[in-house]
Amino acid sequence: MPNTQQLQDLTTQVRRDILRMVHKVNSGHPGGSLGCTEFFVSLYQDIMDRKETFDMDGIGEDLFFLSNGHISPVFYSVLARSGYFPVDELNTFRLINTRLQGHPTTHEGLPGIRVASGSLGQGFSVALGAAETKKLNNDKHLVYSLHGDGELQEGQNWEGIMYAAANNIDNIISTIDLNGQQIDGSTDDVLPMGSVRAKFEAFGWTVVDIENGNDIDAILKGMAEAKSLTGNGKPVCVLLKTVMGNGVDFMMHTHAWHGKAPNDEQLEIGLAQNAETLGDY
Amino acid sequence: MKTYTNTGNKDTRSGFGAGLTELGQTNENVVALCADLIGSLKMDDFKANHPERFFQVGIAEANMIGLAAGMTIGGKIPFTGTFANFSTGRVYDQIRQSVAYSDKNVKICASHAGLTLGEDGATHQILEDIGLMKMLPGMTVINTCDYNQTKAATIAIAAHQGPVYLRFGRPKVANFTPENQTFEIGKAVRLTEGNDITIVATGHLVWEALEAAKELNEKGISAEVINIHTIKPLDDKAILDSVSKTGCIVTAEEHNHLGGLGESVARVLAQHHPTPQEFVATNDTFGESGTPAQLMDKYGLNMDAILKASEKVLKRKN
Repeated sequence: MPNTQQLQDLTTQVRRDILRMVHKVNSGHPGGSLGCTEFFVSLYQDIMDRKETFDMDGIGEDLFFLSNGHISPVFYSVLARSGYFPVDELNTFRLINTRLQGHPTTHEGLPGIRVASGSLGQGFSVALGAAETKKLNNDKHLVYSLHGDGELQEGQNWEGIMYAAANNIDNIISTIDLNGQQIDGSTDDVLPMGSVRAKFEAFGWTVVDIENGNDIDAILKGMAEAKSLTGNGKPVCVLLKTVMGNGVDFMMHTHAWHGKAPNDEQLEIGLAQNAETLGDY
Repeated sequence: MKTYTNTGNKDTRSGFGAGLTELGQTNENVVALCADLIGSLKMDDFKANHPERFFQVGIAEANMIGLAAGMTIGGKIPFTGTFANFSTGRVYDQIRQSVAYSDKNVKICASHAGLTLGEDGATHQILEDIGLMKMLPGMTVINTCDYNQTKAATIAIAAHQGPVYLRFGRPKVANFTPENQTFEIGKAVRLTEGNDITIVATGHLVWEALEAAKELNEKGISAEVINIHTIKPLDDKAILDSVSKTGCIVTAEEHNHLGGLGESVARVLAQHHPTPQEFVATNDTFGESGTPAQLMDKYGLNMDAILKASEKVLKRKN
């Protein structure tokens, strides 16, 4: 298992990948991707028990589902750097005939992706279905999922959240990326959601807070706690407080970079703030 | 002319229930989900026999579709059950992204399709579902005609890899196809041979087409009746072979003429063998309350409507 420094090194490399991917095609979503970089790196390099090779059924390993599919750049970078497909393929992000579609999909057969996402609010249901099948298969591995906070405005989430507790689905850890931003502004301005913690608790979930969701040690500690709470008859939710655009100073604490690519100059500034540790693709 | 005997009216949804019961015994990967309509969908037996493989999701169809998509990951074959309206229009985007685009092996089983659920009215009827489902890339669309065929289709779709929309209905209708038949997805069934007119029908309209063919036969007109249980993929060859002999065609379905079987047939004909065609289908309208028979009469979806359409298309023949 990699040590914290190795995870940190991978984190800056993944940020470089994200910036270069969206810059090249002048499209994509860097803000949320950068905010969740530490989480993805921790998940794939440390937290999940996963096989080296990919098969759709994923029996005998932990599974991950990304519900807020627009943060595909971080997903693709971490999948590639975790060995699911060649790192060079990141060059094809959003280009015609690519397996790295704007939003993740199984349609082109990209290893590591188990369901399409992008149209928001569908990931809870899919992840819960996979968790039900793990139980039927007597597979003791866990299902992880990630959702945006703004995404919780979609009603289907709450159908799934209600179902999970009612059916004691306790082999799932669903993480909410609480960055407080969405396309039109802060979540508090667009549609204030009140206490997300209180909502999940009212729906019967066990809730774990990770106050600094951009700190690898905090993520590892919080996720270990979440894991220890599985198997107790209740689904587990992690509230991961992140900073959108983290690691690139001019992209931080704003929704402006939700779905906007940096220009040449901005790219250079961003890259200068993130060391090339493992070699650019 | 070959004739068919109604062995006793039965509802197609009960055929689905019987098929699901059999699958429960023969295929341990089959799981079933229902959105608070177990009795209406005839899923009681499966639930009683296999409680661990039955999932009551409550009145939450969007979640049901997503759960089903997720359950396929790890090898399960989920059958979802609710009314056709709530199986399609209500959850179109969930089916589109989580099932069809993701190529998940989900069987969307939809009862109370068309007008014939009757008195509940237009909110619970649907005349657009075939169109909605056939437009989704990779989706197989099946509309069965009677109890026996619905049972056979239910069993057959479990062995088919990929998403399927299986459409059936509420009322008790003639049961006339063979018991324990083999159901071949995408293969039309020629019920009668004829030379003067082709009648292609799906679902509840198949029996009406056979009744119409009998009437036509008495007038000296020989009708070839084809049961198109699979609307997608369509058996182009069966249709083209028939019209190349008869030279005219009537399509009949319990669905809007926009987006239904008739339009699929028209596309095949326009490309390969332009042929006069008349449509027995609803005319861009919602349904309403009434008995099934009253509704089928008012909206022109019965034997009489097929006879009228036949008369019209025969006149258009060169």
